[in-house]
Amino acid sequence: MREWRVAMATYQEFIQQNEDRDGVRFSWNLWPSSRLEATRLVVPVSCLFTPLKERPDLPPVQYEPVLCSRANCKAVLNPLCQVDYRAKIWACNFCFQRNPFPPSYAGISDVNQPAELMPQFSTIEYIVQRGPPNPLIFLYVVDTCLEEEDLQALKESLQMSLSLLPPNALVGLITFGRMVQVHELSCEGIAKSYVFRGTKELSSKQIQEMLGLTNPSATGPQGRPAAPQDPAVTCRFLQPVHKVDMNLTDLLGELQRDPWPVPQGKRPLRSTGIALSIAVGLLEGTFPNTGARVMMFMGGPPTQGPGMVVGDELKTPIRSWHDITKDNARHLKKATKYYDALANRAASNGHSIDIYACALDQTGLLEMKCLSNLTGGHIAMGDSFNTSLFKQTFQRVFSKDHNGEFRMAFGGTLEVSTSRELKVSGAIGPCVSLNAKGPCISENEVGVGGTTQWKICSLSPSTTLALYFEVVNQHNAPIPQGGRGAVQFVTQYQHSNTQRRIRVTTVARNWADAQSQIQHIESSFDQEASAVIMARLGVFRAESEEGPDVLRWLDRQLIRLFMFHLRRSPFLQVFNNSPDECSYYRHHFVCQNLTQSLIMIQPILYSYSFHGPPEPVLLDSGSILPDRILLMDTFFQLVIYHGETIAQWRKAGYQEQPEYENFKHLLVAPVDDAQEILQTRFPMPRYIDTEHGGSQARFLLSKVNPSQTHNNLYSWGQETGAPILTDDVSLQVFMDHLKKLAVSSAA
Amino acid sequence: MNVNQQPPMASPYGQPQPGYSQPSYAPLGGGYPGPYGPYSGPATAYQPGAPQGYSTYASFPSKAVPANPVSDLPSPLELGSARGPPPVSTNQAYSQYAQGDIQNGPPPMDHSMAQPAQRPPVCQPYSHGAMNLSGPHPSYPQQYGVQPSMQQMTNQMSGMQVGSGPLTSAGPGYAPPSYTQAPHPVSGAPSQPPPPSEPAAPQPYYDGPPPSQQPPFPSSAPPPSQPFPSSSPYSGPPLPANPGPLQSLDNSPSHLAPSPAQQTFPNSAPPPVSQALYSGPLPPPDLALSHLPCIPCPVPCRPAPSQPGPPHFHSGPLPNAPCHPLYVPAAGQPPFPLAPCSSLLSLACMEDTQPSRMVSPPCSNPCTTSTRPLVCAFGQPRGPQPGYAGPQYPGQQNYGAVPAPTPAPTQKRLDPDSIPSPIQVIEDDRANKSSEPFTTGVKGQTPPLVTTNFQVKDQGNASPRFVRCTAYNIPCTADMAKQSQVPLAAVIKPLAMLPPDETRPYMVDHGEAGPIRCNRCKAYMCPYMQFIEGGRRFQCGFCSCVTDVPPHYFQHLDHTGKRVDCCDRPELSLGSYEFVATVDYCKNNKLPQPPSFIFFIDVSYNAVKSGMVNIVCQELKTLLDYLPRENPEADSVVRVGFVTYNKVLHFYNVKSSLAQPQMMVVSDVSDMFLPLLDGFLVNVNDSRMVIESLLDQIPEMFADTRETETVFGPVIQAGLEALKAADCAGKLFLFHSSLPIAEAPGKLKNREDKKLVGTDKEKSLFQPQSGFYSNLSKECVAQGCCVDLFLFPNQYVDVATLGVVPVSTGGSVYKYTYFQAEMDRERFLNDLRRDVQKPMGFDAVMRVRTSTGIRATDFFGSFFMSNTTDVELAGLDCDKTVTVEFRHDDKLSEDTGALMQCAVLYTSCSGQRRLRVHNMAVNCCSQLADLYRNCETDTIINFFSKYAYRSLLNTPTKTVRDTLVNQCAQILACYRKNCASPSSAGQLILPECMKLLPVYLNCVLKSDVLQPGADVSVDDRAYLRQLLSCMDVSESHVFFYPRLLPLVKLDGGSLPMAVRNSEERLSKGGVYLLETGLYLFLWVGANAQQELLSNIFGTPTFSQIDPNMTSLPELDNPFSQRLREIIDSFRSQRSRYMKLMVVKQEDKAELIFKHFLCEDKSASGGASYVDFLCHMHKEIRQLLS
Repeated sequence: MREWRVAMATYQEFIQQNEDRDGVRFSWNLWPSSRLEATRLVVPVSCLFTPLKERPDLPPVQYEPVLCSRANCKAVLNPLCQVDYRAKIWACNFCFQRNPFPPSYAGISDVNQPAELMPQFSTIEYIVQRGPPNPLIFLYVVDTCLEEEDLQALKESLQMSLSLLPPNALVGLITFGRMVQVHELSCEGIAKSYVFRGTKELSSKQIQEMLGLTNPSATGPQGRPAAPQDPAVTCRFLQPVHKVDMNLTDLLGELQRDPWPVPQGKRPLRSTGIALSIAVGLLEGTFPNTGARVMMFMGGPPTQGPGMVVGDELKTPIRSWHDITKDNARHLKKATKYYDALANRAASNGHSIDIYACALDQTGLLEMKCLSNLTGGHIAMGDSFNTSLFKQTFQRVFSKDHNGEFRMAFGGTLEVSTSRELKVSGAIGPCVSLNAKGPCISENEVGVGGTTQWKICSLSPSTTLALYFEVVNQHNAPIPQGGRGAVQFVTQYQHSNTQRRIRVTTVARNWADAQSQIQHIESSFDQEASAVIMARLGVFRAESEEGPDVLRWLDRQLIRLFMFHLRRSPFLQVFNNSPDECSYYRHHFVCQNLTQSLIMIQPILYSYSFHGPPEPVLLDSGSILPDRILLMDTFFQLVIYHGETIAQWRKAGYQEQPEYENFKHLLVAPVDDAQEILQTRFPMPRYIDTEHGGSQARFLLSKVNPSQTHNNLYSWGQETGAPILTDDVSLQVFMDHLKKLAVSSAA
Repeated sequence: MNVNQQPPMASPYGQPQPGYSQPSYAPLGGGYPGPYGPYSGPATAYQPGAPQGYSTYASFPSKAVPANPVSDLPSPLELGSARGPPPVSTNQAYSQYAQGDIQNGPPPMDHSMAQPAQRPPVCQPYSHGAMNLSGPHPSYPQQYGVQPSMQQMTNQMSGMQVGSGPLTSAGPGYAPPSYTQAPHPVSGAPSQPPPPSEPAAPQPYYDGPPPSQQPPFPSSAPPPSQPFPSSSPYSGPPLPANPGPLQSLDNSPSHLAPSPAQQTFPNSAPPPVSQALYSGPLPPPDLALSHLPCIPCPVPCRPAPSQPGPPHFHSGPLPNAPCHPLYVPAAGQPPFPLAPCSSLLSLACMEDTQPSRMVSPPCSNPCTTSTRPLVCAFGQPRGPQPGYAGPQYPGQQNYGAVPAPTPAPTQKRLDPDSIPSPIQVIEDDRANKSSEPFTTGVKGQTPPLVTTNFQVKDQGNASPRFVRCTAYNIPCTADMAKQSQVPLAAVIKPLAMLPPDETRPYMVDHGEAGPIRCNRCKAYMCPYMQFIEGGRRFQCGFCSCVTDVPPHYFQHLDHTGKRVDCCDRPELSLGSYEFVATVDYCKNNKLPQPPSFIFFIDVSYNAVKSGMVNIVCQELKTLLDYLPRENPEADSVVRVGFVTYNKVLHFYNVKSSLAQPQMMVVSDVSDMFLPLLDGFLVNVNDSRMVIESLLDQIPEMFADTRETETVFGPVIQAGLEALKAADCAGKLFLFHSSLPIAEAPGKLKNREDKKLVGTDKEKSLFQPQSGFYSNLSKECVAQGCCVDLFLFPNQYVDVATLGVVPVSTGGSVYKYTYFQAEMDRERFLNDLRRDVQKPMGFDAVMRVRTSTGIRATDFFGSFFMSNTTDVELAGLDCDKTVTVEFRHDDKLSEDTGALMQCAVLYTSCSGQRRLRVHNMAVNCCSQLADLYRNCETDTIINFFSKYAYRSLLNTPTKTVRDTLVNQCAQILACYRKNCASPSSAGQLILPECMKLLPVYLNCVLKSDVLQPGADVSVDDRAYLRQLLSCMDVSESHVFFYPRLLPLVKLDGGSLPMAVRNSEERLSKGGVYLLETGLYLFLWVGANAQQELLSNIFGTPTFSQIDPNMTSLPELDNPFSQRLREIIDSFRSQRSRYMKLMVVKQEDKAELIFKHFLCEDKSASGGASYVDFLCHMHKEIRQLLS
């Protein structure tokens, strides 16, 4: 028992250490050594991997990685490899191929090891030369069917953003409303733009022709900017910020609301679908396979052309879950299919698409979510462009790290290699398959599978993928004691400073015989990681399957406490959330790292009172007390809730009185904490300051465990806590059921 | 040529005359000598020959001999020269003629292949006679496709006529001569003459021919022989005969006298006689070419004419013309007329008087045809002479014998001076009608010609400036109309500009209820509404329906039954006026917006390189201040928009609030749309700065373009969309350079295929390539979107297709082939300025209502019709005309006459909806004579040409041409049969009003559209075809019969009198100005006086004149000033700026110039006037028999 505790402690440290160093968290840190045993564990061997986890302490090396020479292996030399220093030969720990070191490694010896062989460099980053650097590309796609105020705010945000871009970044502008305008930025004198009808779908080739991009002189011989000539020559629509700063600022300043009249009872005609297809087509034609970010700002749903989400009749409301269930959403499938196709095109060219949707009503994120999901783009949702929520979220996109470089990377590919006993089932995260065939692909596909490589068009330090593995070792072929399975993650990407980099992370875990070492395996279980990993799987299924089935599936998979909240979360439960909101939440859930994901699953609740320092409390209706201030962080919302008494005090203005300065401090404390969170959170959470009985208190009440409801209020007969008006089961009930179920199933 | 020969003529004539006179002609001879004086030169020559020949031979054989004599003759006339041989030929000819005469029918047959049956023979005879003439004849043949020989003949003729030297064609023609000879054979004699032809060149040909001819002769000989004998007489007779007429006409001396004589002649049978004689000769020619006949005539003619000297003739004829309805104008040149056909023709332009005829009958035999005919003509004049009378028709055969002689004279062709002269007619009309204002109150009155300056007083009928009719007396019945074949049509120019001294139509406002109209036919209130029941009701003049007068419009009647306010109300007293339209007359029952102008500038490589883009942009900056407006004080309310394009379109946002224009590119041309709403169509004054900035930048922006492809359909679509979006009518100005081959709707391929020309598939070249543009134009019309197209092609652009939309929307097409900034800038800019500024209406609908009994059945012009009655015009400017054809559907009454009301509903340039009404009343007649007395040939030609040009779309060109000729022949035959007093069948008698019909018709037939030369592109033809469709009478007149002014004595306010369009009229020592309606040519004779050159060009040396100059130097001398004034005034009279081209004699460019000398045979095979007249005569004779 004690040993177990030690082990436990050890594992926690181990897990933490691994996460800090490699950005990897496995669901199991000891791996059952056979397929059969692994299957019995329910939670698969899997991990959360954060490819670009910030490692300020990790200086990149300036040379090329050494690859295994076997054609279908290509693993990178790593600390786990066996090295014969005398023969200058190393053995690949994945395929056991023996490889000679390249000539430049002639001087290596036990005491003179290259970094990649040192154990502390299980994660190492290489800076490599691959042709001339590609500038970053930012293509703004701006909706002009906005209220004057909104448009003004958006214009200011955009103008501001120009100053945040690196001077050599290429920038472009597409505006849309009834028509789509692609603005030419290179010209002096007359402002030029290419206009497209918002209702007509065009092929990429047509778009490029119409933009005049197909002239032989416009693109290189192969149309590849691999050897880009001066990009300014390449495309008039994408120009270095430093050259067109003034022009573009003016251009943005002169942007007018869409001039076409909107008759009474109609929505403005918004050609979002075409605007996006043109953006995608433009980049596809000019900068394929180069990191680029399409940033789309929209103030309402697409109302015409391909990708339309709702007609322009105001009397026809935008689809709701109800409509969807009833199969009554006319445009849903078509639009979804359209945006899926676009997303895949963008992804295959390494371009990511951000969606900044600010409107009071839905904007069609449900249909468009793939654009961001598949390309690693951001989705931000707000009520108006004229809110700090949007402004700061947008500003945060351009936040910089301690080196003064953007916290974004482009055009990433993640390649996974595994030991022979292990195969890759798939990945869930902001990625698309590259369909790279290899020896370590599992036949059982989980998430996006069938490949060893994924494309992640845009990466941030928090971008996290869930990777699922399958133990394929047969039960009758035991692995020798002390054997280790290894996994190597090779991430190639374009750093925001335009360098090409390769980050290699190689991890290994011990194999354990489930029969003899079940306790060890059990103790190596990473509950948090598993919860998130399973939740992602749940979300992934929810996206692709019917809701109730997913819940049932989840119920069958046993997970502890989290599961309760997960069931209630917007990730799976659509009640009280619009389709757009669900898409929005899910999008972030499958991108964020473990910590953030946990917050999303089980919001954090802090309680502030005169009784002591702030303390985390149970997310339970019982925590809602009159003399407390509660701060709830659901990731998407920050709610400060003043208990009934506190609210009365505040209303009475005690905080203004010198003698009640302590009360003032109490009031300020949660706000300060909230600010701290706001500083770093992306996207900006919705910040809500409410009180007992306030209309916005619903944000809190919908999250807490309804341990007290109108049904049981009187049975409890206490005045503590607040009753929640819901028919949802409480955690207590859930647990009771769970126990019963566990027993019965065991039986 | 004639002129040259003249000198010699005199003597010869003298001689011959006697000889001739002896024959039957004797009398004539007497007469002729005088008149022919001028021609006498040549004539003499011939005569000598003839006489000799005759004398010697008495038989043909002698021809050889004659040749010598001929040689003499030739000297006089070039033709003669060619014909030097004439004598011989003459003999032969005569012989032939004789034969012909005798055997009229047969001989021709033999020779010519018997094509033209007997009649033809007649003609042929001429040809023979023509020998010389042969040249001309050929022309017919070609046209008519007779015999190759014919062609050759014609060629020769043409060559000859022109001046043996000049006409290249002549050369070729000569070669053929051999053929001609063949035919000649008939005319054998004539052919022979050729050899003798003095002119070296011709001679060879002739020489060749003679032999051939001879052979034929043999066969035909026999007959000829007979003639020959007579031939001597011929020479004699013809001459005399000719002389007679000619003299009267030609000979200055006796001009006056003659004329009277002619008059008498008509009556007198004599002329016929002469003709008869001729006819005799003619026959032979017939063989050659029925047409040829003319030729022979010429010979005789020449003699005569030449002597008199062409000029004289003119003078002569002129007087005659006026005097004698009959104009035998031909008389002067009887020869030709004769040629025409069968025997001579006396061309009688009958005036109403039934003089009928005139003339000379006879040359039934055509033989000498040409000459003879002339003679005849003359004869007629001389007709007075009893002797002739007798001989006339009946005598023809006999005369045939006589004729023979004429041919002998070597007649070659009709004397051009003896046939109706447009110049003379124009001058007469000017002299008679320009002094007094033309008042429109008299029903059925023919207005002055379009060439006459006159003032109009509106007294209840529309001014001829608005409406011109083909006939002012309409047949009462359909049968009559059908019989006469005279088209009933009106050429309407609804928004015509009036001279400053005439008031524009008054505006009438009938209040909120709108204009008062007949309840049934909806005719608008007009002077023909008869008020009854004390003024409480009115009876419609069109449908007789009785309608109540609205209370607010009530007025008492005076004792004559007229409203007492009759004179105060334009709609009750005038022929033309306007109503203010109410909202009921507007689209969607909404008052219209002011129109917009949108400029589309092609900025592809060719357009930029030619300098067009630069010029347009520069010009627009100032031109925008001159947008049309109704109140000169106020700013125009017309809004403007700008688009440039190559294979994509660039729209410009020129909103006044912008610092810089914004360009919006639409590349999706497959599905055109308007990319912007606000800021595209703007008020010029508001956005002036932005617009100027834009126009400055456009040339820069595209200076380095390498885009060569263009679109066209989407451009119009864009304009259409813009107007739709702005909910207004308007006009698109397209400046376009090339065939639109870029991938887009309306894309065209190069389908120019010259091999199709002349085939039955030729019509496809005039048809649009696809239906796309037709459909597009429907949409344009529905929106009131008028399209004006300025083309700057360097190669084929398919005008036939590109022009569809402009033509259907009431727009115009301007074409500047091989546009060069320096050379064509002025022309283009002036066209553009005028086009932008000219008053016009938009979104117009025109409806023509008529009295019960006739109705408008067909319309010609630039418009679109979706039903059979409403002419829809997206735009209607002041230069556009609509030609309306009427047909009977019932009887008309002589008592009431026929009424026509043309109402045009349109939106003015200020956005006001209006109705313009033109009323026209004409008489109805039950006598054909009345019809023929009140026709207007210019208008008829306008109608015919439009009809023919349109027919090209569906009918092979040849059929179109044949139809035209046939219809005209029917018209003239009908006249001859029903109105002219009895006369010899060989006589060509033309109604006074239509005496120019043949010459004008010939011009139509020879136009590039109907008979293209090798160098005329398909585009040019399509362009001209479209251009003509909306020409008014004045424009079509000059278009078909250009104005040729000798530049002498320019002092004084009046213009020098024009001369006829024939090279013969040009003097090497002169300078001439030729106006075609599209171009101005300044022809400089090689021997022009130095002083003249100095005055005009500032250099005395011919060789230093720069043929590339497009404007004359501004020299400080009265002559130069006056000349430039004239040029300016000419230009101001036309809707399109005429580019000035300086043509130096013998220069390459002269070919172009000569193309417009429409009385001559054209390089493309068009007949000369003389030849054509002969042909017409033949046709008529065929109809009559």
